[in-house]
Amino acid sequence: MTDVSSPEQLLFASTTQAFLEKEASLSRVRELHAADTSFDSAWWQRAAELGWASLLVPEDLGGGSVSGDGLADLALVAEQIGHSVAPGPLHPVSVVLAGLVEAPDGHEDTIEALVSGELIASWAVYEPRRPLSPLQPGVTATRTASGYRIDGVKDRVEAGTEAGVFLVVADVDGNPRQFLVPADRAGVTEQRSVDMVKRYARVEFDGTEVDEAALVGDAAQTPAIIERQRQVALVLQCAEIVGILETVLAMTTQWMFDRHSFGRPLASYQALKHRLADMKMWFEACRGTTAGAVAAVSARSEDATLLVSVAKAYVAERAPVMLQDCVQLHGGIGVTWEHDLHLFLRRTALYRALYGSPEEHHRLVYALSAKTFRQEVSA
Amino acid sequence: MTETAVPTATESVADFAARARAWLADNMPRVDPDNLPVALRAVQSSWDRAKELQKRLYEGGFAGLCFPREYGGQGLPLAYQKAFTAECRGYEMPLILNVPSLTICAATILDMGTESQKRERISAAIRGDEILCQLLSEPSGGSDLAGVITRADRVGDKWIINGAKTWSTSAFAADYGLMLARTDWTVPKHQGLTMFLVPLNSPGITMRRIKEVNGNEEFCEEFFDGLELGDDAVVGEVNNGWEVASRQLHHERRAVGGGSEFASGTDSDNAEEMPPDHVAYAELTGHGDDPAVQELVGRALARRIVKNQLIDHVGNAIGNGSLPPNAGTLIRLFHAETTELEVDTALAIAGTAGVVDEGEELSGLLDSIGVRYLSRQTGSLGGGSSEMARNVISERILGFPREFAADKGVPFNEVKRGRT
Repeated sequence: MTDVSSPEQLLFASTTQAFLEKEASLSRVRELHAADTSFDSAWWQRAAELGWASLLVPEDLGGGSVSGDGLADLALVAEQIGHSVAPGPLHPVSVVLAGLVEAPDGHEDTIEALVSGELIASWAVYEPRRPLSPLQPGVTATRTASGYRIDGVKDRVEAGTEAGVFLVVADVDGNPRQFLVPADRAGVTEQRSVDMVKRYARVEFDGTEVDEAALVGDAAQTPAIIERQRQVALVLQCAEIVGILETVLAMTTQWMFDRHSFGRPLASYQALKHRLADMKMWFEACRGTTAGAVAAVSARSEDATLLVSVAKAYVAERAPVMLQDCVQLHGGIGVTWEHDLHLFLRRTALYRALYGSPEEHHRLVYALSAKTFRQEVSA
Repeated sequence: MTETAVPTATESVADFAARARAWLADNMPRVDPDNLPVALRAVQSSWDRAKELQKRLYEGGFAGLCFPREYGGQGLPLAYQKAFTAECRGYEMPLILNVPSLTICAATILDMGTESQKRERISAAIRGDEILCQLLSEPSGGSDLAGVITRADRVGDKWIINGAKTWSTSAFAADYGLMLARTDWTVPKHQGLTMFLVPLNSPGITMRRIKEVNGNEEFCEEFFDGLELGDDAVVGEVNNGWEVASRQLHHERRAVGGGSEFASGTDSDNAEEMPPDHVAYAELTGHGDDPAVQELVGRALARRIVKNQLIDHVGNAIGNGSLPPNAGTLIRLFHAETTELEVDTALAIAGTAGVVDEGEELSGLLDSIGVRYLSRQTGSLGGGSSEMARNVISERILGFPREFAADKGVPFNEVKRGRT
């Protein structure tokens, strides 16, 4: 578990863990998959009652967190979700709330409904056949007499078929703006994913009318709000992958002791011991860089943009390699449907790609560093 | 020089820091903190300079802050050393005396030495009069430290030393060395060792510099031919040298991890350890706009940041008990892996300019990239190989079975050895 400091946080963590173990186990994930269901909305409401959706929301808007560091608490939930690759819309709801609390005026009811778990929201930011480029939306919002008309297509919208409302990034006169749009005003088509339960959607806006009040934030603050949402999305991915790695490494370490070949446990072969040693090191590095990113985003420090890219690049580059090596160490059982490894591998592969691949984040790290370098050279 | 004020137990850390700030401004040479001069550890003049700076610190009452007063230190808690380290940024400091002299050797003598060893050697090191080094590794093997075959034989009331040591860090500049030798061959390997404190100017010692592939000549090898030592040279007890060596390794891990209270000043003292400036190389060679190069460089830059985050994380985790103390090995291995990536990345970006001197603004790259590449593995060998680190992680952190050791419980004179 990531550093848990206060007794309140400890209690929150253990409550979350108990709830997940009972209500979102790996066998539950398999059941949902078999029933062709992403998640049960009554289950999500109970998760919200535990406070999962309130962590990023200030108390005067009906939220609150146990430790006073809501993002750290949320990352802890994400990490625990990783232990059983649990279902549910924690990511999309959290990312939308991260934006709404920056400019809550007029959106108090939506925030309240999201905190209570009655409403599910999702960030409509990706567009078909394009990498993530939140500040250059192709979807447009055109002024009308009473508000705006939205046209264009978003996709890879998480929980798009379950969401009641989308936070849509659209271009207004050359500037990115965000609108809260009820889902029933858009054409929603489900997109399958490699994950057992996570689903996405293509969301089409064809002359969708919204009024002025649908806007979130003004033009000047919108880029910063979007960046905040992007950062929250990335640290949640990293934290969840850390949880995944923790479980998978524990599972594989145990297997090394239990499985015998030629009369010896696998754990006694140096070639295999060294691979586990590397994985232990990479795992702690994943944990360290994720903690660094969480702290930077939580403190809104200047290097948060850099540190989320560093964390995503590192964690999402290492984790799939480690997962596949764990499959290899398990032998044939590791590639069977009945073994749980693929459940973790699926979620990891999904997150590797979404919100920027390691390759894309490496280039972002370069760009941020080169900018500093050029400033220093010209200074 | 300003008058030396004696710190008192009542002086607060803040008052101490203020006094240090004023003293430093009056007494120590200023340097640009963002562009520190790097002392070359292979050059004698660097050590002469370091001794001179250390003398100034000692005269000012700012040397050996955490060493006891009776051995030449100031007997202050760590908070004072931390405050001093913060204040001395921006001043030229004798950083090369930190490792191994003060943080490993003096620290071990403090733990295990006799009263006179502590009074004489520790205080001389703190005063800037003497430098201490370690004489541990041998030509017959590096990772198996307890398997040393340098012998110390009892003849009358003397010890007679014969054998050889190697990879002794900056031994050429040192005055005394902590040397591990075998004093009993009839017991298993850890039980027959004794640590000696050797005056390096004694007859019977021949020292030679080791020339590395990059031309660096900091490390030394020493040959002992009938070197005579008295009982006063024994550190700890006869045949209990492994305990002393273990203290050295303990202090070495702490020092290398930046966690020693006996280090004064931070910042890297070693040009070889400065990270390659990948962004500068990419821009300089005109590849700054190539997405493939950006990706390579971004990966190396990210890895360096992750390394520092891992250091913080492991430090916290050892502190709160969620990782065992030897989890420091994770940092050691990650450092090696990161160095390999950084050096490889620099070579990849530089292209031909890393291996041929193309002149003008590119002329530095042959040394900083190409020649450095040749000694890429030093980070994965020095202070214990990466393979040993993987054994430690898998066996002592993950709890996997220990490797079979053919010498376990066997009298050392019956243990098979390679041809030397």
